[in-house]
Amino acid sequence: MSAILIKNGRVIDPANGIDKIGDLLLDKGKIDKIAKNINAPAKKVIDAKGKWVTPGLVDIHTHLREPGFEYKETIESGAKAAAAGGFTSIACMANTDPVNDCASVTRHILDKAKSAPVNVYPVGAVTEGLKGKALANIGELAEAGVVALSDDGKCVTDGEIMRNAMDYASMFSLTILEHAEDTRLACGGSMNEGIVSNEMGIPGQPVAAEDVIIARDISLSEYLDVPVHFCHVSSASSVELIRSAKARGVKVTAEAAPHHFTLTDEACRGYDTNAKMAPPLRAEKDRLAIRRGLKDGTIDCIATDHAPHSEIEKELEFECAAFGIVGLETAVALSLALVHDGVLGPSGLIDSMTRKPAQIIGLDRGTLGTGKPADVTIIDPDMEWRVEPDRFISKSRNTPFAGWNVRGRAVTTITNGKVVYAWENKTIT
Amino acid sequence: MTEKNLYHRHLVSMEDLSPDDVLQILQTAEVMKGVSEREVKKTPTLRGRTIINFFAEPSTRTRTSFEIAGKRLSADVINISASGSSLSKGESLKDMSHNFNAMNPDLLVVRHSKAGAPAQIAKWTGRLVVNAGDGRHEHPTQSLLDLMTIRDKKGSLDGLKVSIIGDIANSRVARSNLISMRKMGMSVTACGPATMLPVQIGRMADHVTTSLEEAVEGADIIMMLRIQTERLERTVFPNVREYARLFGLNSERMKKAKKNVLVLHPGPINQGIEISPDVVAGPWSVILDQVTNGVAVRMAVLYLLLGGGLNQS
Ligand SMILES: [Zn+2]
Repeated sequence: MSAILIKNGRVIDPANGIDKIGDLLLDKGKIDKIAKNINAPAKKVIDAKGKWVTPGLVDIHTHLREPGFEYKETIESGAKAAAAGGFTSIACMANTDPVNDCASVTRHILDKAKSAPVNVYPVGAVTEGLKGKALANIGELAEAGVVALSDDGKCVTDGEIMRNAMDYASMFSLTILEHAEDTRLACGGSMNEGIVSNEMGIPGQPVAAEDVIIARDISLSEYLDVPVHFCHVSSASSVELIRSAKARGVKVTAEAAPHHFTLTDEACRGYDTNAKMAPPLRAEKDRLAIRRGLKDGTIDCIATDHAPHSEIEKELEFECAAFGIVGLETAVALSLALVHDGVLGPSGLIDSMTRKPAQIIGLDRGTLGTGKPADVTIIDPDMEWRVEPDRFISKSRNTPFAGWNVRGRAVTTITNGKVVYAWENKTIT
Repeated sequence: MTEKNLYHRHLVSMEDLSPDDVLQILQTAEVMKGVSEREVKKTPTLRGRTIINFFAEPSTRTRTSFEIAGKRLSADVINISASGSSLSKGESLKDMSHNFNAMNPDLLVVRHSKAGAPAQIAKWTGRLVVNAGDGRHEHPTQSLLDLMTIRDKKGSLDGLKVSIIGDIANSRVARSNLISMRKMGMSVTACGPATMLPVQIGRMADHVTTSLEEAVEGADIIMMLRIQTERLERTVFPNVREYARLFGLNSERMKKAKKNVLVLHPGPINQGIEISPDVVAGPWSVILDQVTNGVAVRMAVLYLLLGGGLNQS
């Protein structure tokens, strides 16, 4: 008997329009049923009173650094961090060493992922070596099991290559996840171009560097009638471009990272390299536009862009430090702020972290429908805790949220019917 | 004087200083100038103190100026330059900071090609830091010597109209002066080609113009900035000839200027590009005074930050 019975929780399953107090039974690694009161024999009974019982969270944008940069993160450590953050499925980007641009690397990742506590889905490269010049072995990657394609970390700047990649990838129903950044316009900038970068004397990247690629890809998507997904949208103008494209029925989707709807470029002051990421933290109007985009559905989902780096890459001059921050273990708390602030309802938030991201990369997960894989996250939406990087399960500590008092976190994570994470000590500070 | 006000404070940005702090430094610098004019150009005030001059970017003028300043105050001055340091061996700035600490310095003077490096060294060493120019961020002691030069000639600072002309976006001198001059009650015009004016410059300057004539006319002070021709020609402006034609200060253009205008330039000068030789040599030019005042201002800063006056009282 492997059944798990979760009692008295607020069961939120946007895919099936469910948001009610009740019980959830998992059996044989599958969702068995949801009902007001279930009395069934179970190996484990979890009392979820006062908590949310949701589909396992899905993060379509992580960097697990393996192979090649295991000192920053491994598939195992990243997957454990994901479990601790409430995620049961994560997609990992291709910018490893070697790059995931051929089947052997994909197979290596999938092999390592077998023992991971969460479902790990590799994303293949769009171009060979992420160099933007030649198409990666897309057919071979598809066969090996990648769920999407992305040169993330880099943009596919060459319009002709992007056009062909979109067309070619559509044969395999693979969506390209675009890191929108015109590198020539971004011009080596280390943060958002604006009054803060002026005052700090740090070369900036204009929002236009992001916008022009988003505008270009919308045109390509519309012209080719092929979908495209935008990673970590950060500017108000990009949100507007996507909004109008969606209104015309263009097949575009978009994600936002918690740091972009939480912080602005003010966080860079004092040359805090943990506030350096790509795309950069923008101005307040951009932050608010991301929130509005999530509210009206212009932005489909939340993704962490979990980007672990060690001190070697981060404790440097601001302009020399690597881009990126870890995000798996802070995402739930930062995203719950959207609910606490009245931007999204609980169901809207969970939808943007489960069903919608799963749909973008074609996963049959992110719901509590009967017979679906038993991926479940139990969230305490009100638990107050302090972000202490030294307690992170990720190998890396690069977060701008150190010392923040936040509200809400995943307390139990269940992947394929198995409890992979349990937060017992509520008073930890 | 109340030296205590500045005792043990960093000078990383002109934002660090209040108008009173600036005046105190300028007044102290006048005294220091007197020391420099004596036959024995030395006071024992900082005897036994150690100052590290860390210059991770080539600079003869500023490094020499800080070195003379430290020595005239009898401090032990250690010069560490990028080429002679372990920076070239791939050691990180943080590692270097720990090495500086091993020398137990009282104060570090830092010049670095990257913005923020002095602030980071201050954090990593826990020592006093004076910024001697960091990337395109700031160059506070240059701003102080500019203010001293202007105050010497004009008697006061409040109400003066200043035009800063040239590559505002890439200039640390401009950035420090935009902060300090407005703080001291001066009205600052930023002037340069549109490609050299940073976005939202209107929030940092009182007036913005791309017309050199407009910037020259009515200004009490004209500050010309050095143009990095190698790096910017062709992409930021078409060529040197056109720059000189549109933004070069020459005696013809000076005819529109106020009679008692002052012309400053932080040096080194591209003669014939941003400024013509006859303007450099003209009666309005205070460029040589700037160099002399540089030592005095740096003596004042070192003296006040290290509490030289407190020792004796
Ligand atoms: Zn990216």
